Amino acid sequence: MEAYISLFIKAVFIENLALSFFLGMCTFIAVSKKISTAMGLGIAVMMVQIITVPANNLIYHALLKEDALSWMGVKGVDLSFLALLSCIGVIAALVQILEMILDKFFPALYHALGIFLPLITVNCAILAGSLFMIERDYNFPESVTYGVGSGFGWALAITVMAGVREKLKYSDIPAALQGLGITFITAGLMSLGFMAFSGIQL
Amino acid sequence: MSPREILDSMEPYFTKGGRFEKYYGLYEMVDTFIYTPADVTRGTTHVRDGNDLKRTMTFVVIATFFCILMALYNTGYQANLAMANMGLEQAQDWRRIPMMIFGYNTANPFSNLVHGALYFLPIYIVTLAVGGVWEVLFATVRGHEVNEGFLVSSMLYTLIMPPDMPLWQVALGISFGIVIGKEVFGGTGKNFLNPALTGRAFLYFAYPASISGDAVWVAVDGYTAATPLGLAANGGLDAVYAANYSWMQSFFGFEPGCLGETSTLAIFIGAAFLLYTKVASYRIMGGVFAGMVATSLLFNVIGSDTNHMFAIPWYWHLTMGGFAFGMVYMATDPVSAAMTDTGRWIFGALVGTMTVLIRVVNPAFPEGIMLAILFSNMFAPTIDYFVIQANIRRRVKRHA
Repeated sequence: MEAYISLFIKAVFIENLALSFFLGMCTFIAVSKKISTAMGLGIAVMMVQIITVPANNLIYHALLKEDALSWMGVKGVDLSFLALLSCIGVIAALVQILEMILDKFFPALYHALGIFLPLITVNCAILAGSLFMIERDYNFPESVTYGVGSGFGWALAITVMAGVREKLKYSDIPAALQGLGITFITAGLMSLGFMAFSGIQL
Repeated sequence: MSPREILDSMEPYFTKGGRFEKYYGLYEMVDTFIYTPADVTRGTTHVRDGNDLKRTMTFVVIATFFCILMALYNTGYQANLAMANMGLEQAQDWRRIPMMIFGYNTANPFSNLVHGALYFLPIYIVTLAVGGVWEVLFATVRGHEVNEGFLVSSMLYTLIMPPDMPLWQVALGISFGIVIGKEVFGGTGKNFLNPALTGRAFLYFAYPASISGDAVWVAVDGYTAATPLGLAANGGLDAVYAANYSWMQSFFGFEPGCLGETSTLAIFIGAAFLLYTKVASYRIMGGVFAGMVATSLLFNVIGSDTNHMFAIPWYWHLTMGGFAFGMVYMATDPVSAAMTDTGRWIFGALVGTMTVLIRVVNPAFPEGIMLAILFSNMFAPTIDYFVIQANIRRRVKRHA
């Protein structure tokens, strides 16, 4: 149990996808103007991450990994070079299915998440979650934990970012820096704050 | 001629149409530093309170008085002590010329004070000069005012520098703090991180060798002395006692450390003043304190065989390192902290918790208060948002 808690904390704070790896920057910057919208997107990312990382984990371990096909009697085949391709495909397909299911059975949630679901199909933070999972060789329970943790960390980062940006509406930012410029500076300063966790060994 | 008359006679040159119209910010700075401005609120908003930015900021500078005094005394005392230990007859640089008058006796308070001042003043002057250039530059180009907030930032920044800090790094740090931490957002009151801490954090990650480790806390070249916090990180409280530091000594501040952070007593006198004048929020200070006590008690209960910091009691966390200074002067910065009353308790608790967390579980940083405050600064607007939302929901329910 302890191992999973430390993996979760590591995924949320120490290796925060947005502020330590600067992944998913396009949505992180584009959709962080309001806290409520940012939270919606954060929750959507978290949901997709919870589904796709374990799903990719199963596919990788059952089909792609070296000697993974031995259950079919095929030996010595290593398909791991297909991991990147299969991850993208799986993410896109799963998000589509998720969208249809939500639309059919949970219309309220579907409308809350709105445009974000198709948008994050191509979010690099989502792909990175699956690729990190493969690179670090997580087993299935670990991949579930990592999916929850990395999604939650990203959601936390974008919510906080939106909070800061709502506050900055009342600032007097030089014309040349308005918009993206100050947002990048803000993101940089925020990752300075997240440096508090760098170096923690769990 | 009184200074007022001189300023009045100069005013036409600086107002619109005057010869030095561009430098109005400079004139305005001198004028409002010396005299209370006569401007009052126009339009429909009206606050019936004599308090203004000038008084708030000046009170913070006044509150640091005893910290400055202890910074001078303790820095000199530690330097004299180190020289006695090393068997040095006199200082190795230009400081030996003024020190010829006072000698290097730790029992002589004047020797301690002056020796400390010879380290404190260069850092402070560089901070004021470099920071001032940036402030005036931005004020002139962007047409806003230079106000007392800069005096507060530069004083607090100076007090959290190690005495051995190279002056060019001091200049670089304050430049980053003022420009990136404050001016790109529009100046005083518009930033979201504490400018003094932003500058220090920049130095901390850019030049770790001159702001951490054992060689920087005493103002004598080549002399290494660990702070009690550094000792505790490596060997627990036993190592602190073995190095002859008692809790009272740490409370009074006779220990190596950053210039103004060592004396908890001096900081508490400033805290009393800030609380009495209501410049600093008691909610933030209370929150930081409560968060620190709760987290350190929790770690005491959990315990650990390998990590000595788990066993450090809360009253040592209070006096060691920069905790007290951060709690009183840094976390209470009204601009970068949370604005709502409930939010301030939460914000404070987050600072206190994070400080102990970093000190105990992060082996990379022995001290945690600086990053804890920066981290909480960035959460402050979100905390406020949720407090306000909860308030709205409660009122909707009440009046439904």
